[in-house]
Amino acid sequence: MTPLLEVRDLKKYFKSRYGTLHAVDGVSFTLDAGKTLGVVGESGCGKTTLGRTVLHLIEPTDGQIFFEGKDITRPKKKELRRLREQMQIIFQDPYSSLDPRMTVAELIMEPLVLKGGMPKADMLAETRRLMDTVGLAARFENAYPHELDGGRRQRIGIARALALKPKFIVCDEPVSALDVSIQAQIINLMLDLQEERGLAYMFVTHDLSVVKYISDDIMVMYLGQVVEKAPADELFENTLHPYSKALLSAIPIPDIHHKKKRILLKGEISSPINPKPGCRFMSRCQYAQEQCSQPQKLVEDTPGHFVACCRYKEIKEKEEVKQA
Amino acid sequence: MAETFLDIRNLTVEYQTDEAIVHALTNVNLTVQRGETLGIVGETGAGKTTIAKSIMRILPQPQGKIVSGEIYFNGENLLALSEKEMQKVRGNKIAMIFQDPMTALNPIETVGYQIAEVIRRHNKISQAEADRRACDMLEMVGIPMERFSEYPHQFSGGMKQRVVIAMALACNPELLLADEPTTALDVTIQAQVLDMMRSLKEKLETSVILITHDLGVVAEFCDSVAVAYAGEIVERGTVEHIFDNPQHPYTLGLFGSLPRLDSKERRLKPIKGMMPDPTNLPSGCRFYDRCPHAAKECAEASPPMVEIEPGHTVKCCRLKGGAAQ
Repeated sequence: MTPLLEVRDLKKYFKSRYGTLHAVDGVSFTLDAGKTLGVVGESGCGKTTLGRTVLHLIEPTDGQIFFEGKDITRPKKKELRRLREQMQIIFQDPYSSLDPRMTVAELIMEPLVLKGGMPKADMLAETRRLMDTVGLAARFENAYPHELDGGRRQRIGIARALALKPKFIVCDEPVSALDVSIQAQIINLMLDLQEERGLAYMFVTHDLSVVKYISDDIMVMYLGQVVEKAPADELFENTLHPYSKALLSAIPIPDIHHKKKRILLKGEISSPINPKPGCRFMSRCQYAQEQCSQPQKLVEDTPGHFVACCRYKEIKEKEEVKQA
Repeated sequence: MAETFLDIRNLTVEYQTDEAIVHALTNVNLTVQRGETLGIVGETGAGKTTIAKSIMRILPQPQGKIVSGEIYFNGENLLALSEKEMQKVRGNKIAMIFQDPMTALNPIETVGYQIAEVIRRHNKISQAEADRRACDMLEMVGIPMERFSEYPHQFSGGMKQRVVIAMALACNPELLLADEPTTALDVTIQAQVLDMMRSLKEKLETSVILITHDLGVVAEFCDSVAVAYAGEIVERGTVEHIFDNPQHPYTLGLFGSLPRLDSKERRLKPIKGMMPDPTNLPSGCRFYDRCPHAAKECAEASPPMVEIEPGHTVKCCRLKGGAAQ
């Protein structure tokens, strides 16, 4: 079966005054219909750029993107328009991603208007259906975004993304700006929509508890590269990359009896400008050795579990000895 | 009995806007003992930051108004002090760390100068002596003192927050108010900063009020917890009370809303609806329309704070006479 989306060796470089910034550097993955790929990493790891490059909101520097088996790396203008109906995005900030001068109904109807070919009455009916789907009461039809709270605004963002019945949605930190009780409402809504419509999500976030909850596969990024990729439960149970380990151990757990060893990382993320060819985590890694300054390859440890660390086997064995 | 270190009594705060009065806090009672770390949790608009700003007396003027109540700090009512006397307390005995390290620093002064400024403000010492102490503070929060003369824009977010913490601790305050100190930081940096704050707190024996919406941070950092909802404290107890035996339906709802790393459940249990409008609060229990256990009596009057076990109080009338669920 052809995957819904396939990305091969995708690169996005930005030129800056100080050199070339490697925002996304050789990322490959596949995503099947109805599934969720979680992309996690800290600020500046390239997760947002990756999402936007896949959607052609930013043009890739190199690499290939296939959608339903078709190469869409360099689409023509017309083709891109059709593509956009299939691939949508939900933005992080429901406060700045909505035009403050449009009403809720106008905002949700906008994609339908832009697509064209639908009588006004049908568009209005569709808008109401969409509002109902995302749980926005009809009385908000003529409200403006500033009159609504963050949760309701994010529901508008979701309705807009759904309007053209896409197959794939990039969700860029869709719940990060929301309070926990509202966050839970939105996550449940997104899961329901996925089930009903067979949507595929690429869920970009820095919140690891959310990503574990919602994803089938998770990809951990560090400075533009994928350091580990695995099915969600597998990643948490059998973490292989030293960076993933540190990242997972840093999450505060809301349970006072949960005692764990925290791996405190030294220093901070290094610069993505003109990076050295070796492992980019090397300068903060407690296991770093000579061989780490060579380029790292993603290797498959168990089926579906990939890791980019030349020492992961050694480290795993050492830890098993320690535990025994 | 020794006097309570910090004792907030019946604190009621309002913000007056052109259109309406926002009831930010209503009859808040809260005590903190010396050396205690209290976490105040709650969602946006629950009044967490207003509590801290009231203690510091830095509510936005002229909108913010303390309607009634007292805040005793070492037996002295802070709300009765003159502004001049308050200036001696602020930054000296009580210090505050703000949420956003990106905007809390002055961009046109070096970080070293900014720390030394706080020290000079509260101690009669020379600039050279203040600079030396500022260097010590930088080292203490893990920043090499060679960076004394650098400007905030040369620091990353985590480093800036360290500078802010160094400033707050520069005069060795007895009470530290930390308002979402790590919310703007990445998790690995958050872990570094919390770890540092924990060791400094123990070293300097500072009492801390940590304001956060992250129950995970509370579990790891705090001794006791106060849960705020719509301007009231609805549950108060030790971390053991709140995490092992949460009783208020709102607290239970908060836990149910969290995606857990250790759970396999496929659906979260969010709290339905939203927090009431603070300009138009219900007269009864403020959690009434969202509560799965709401009964007729809940809408009639604001429930009293009931002690269900020593040190564990809950503001819910359906719990009267023991922990009925």
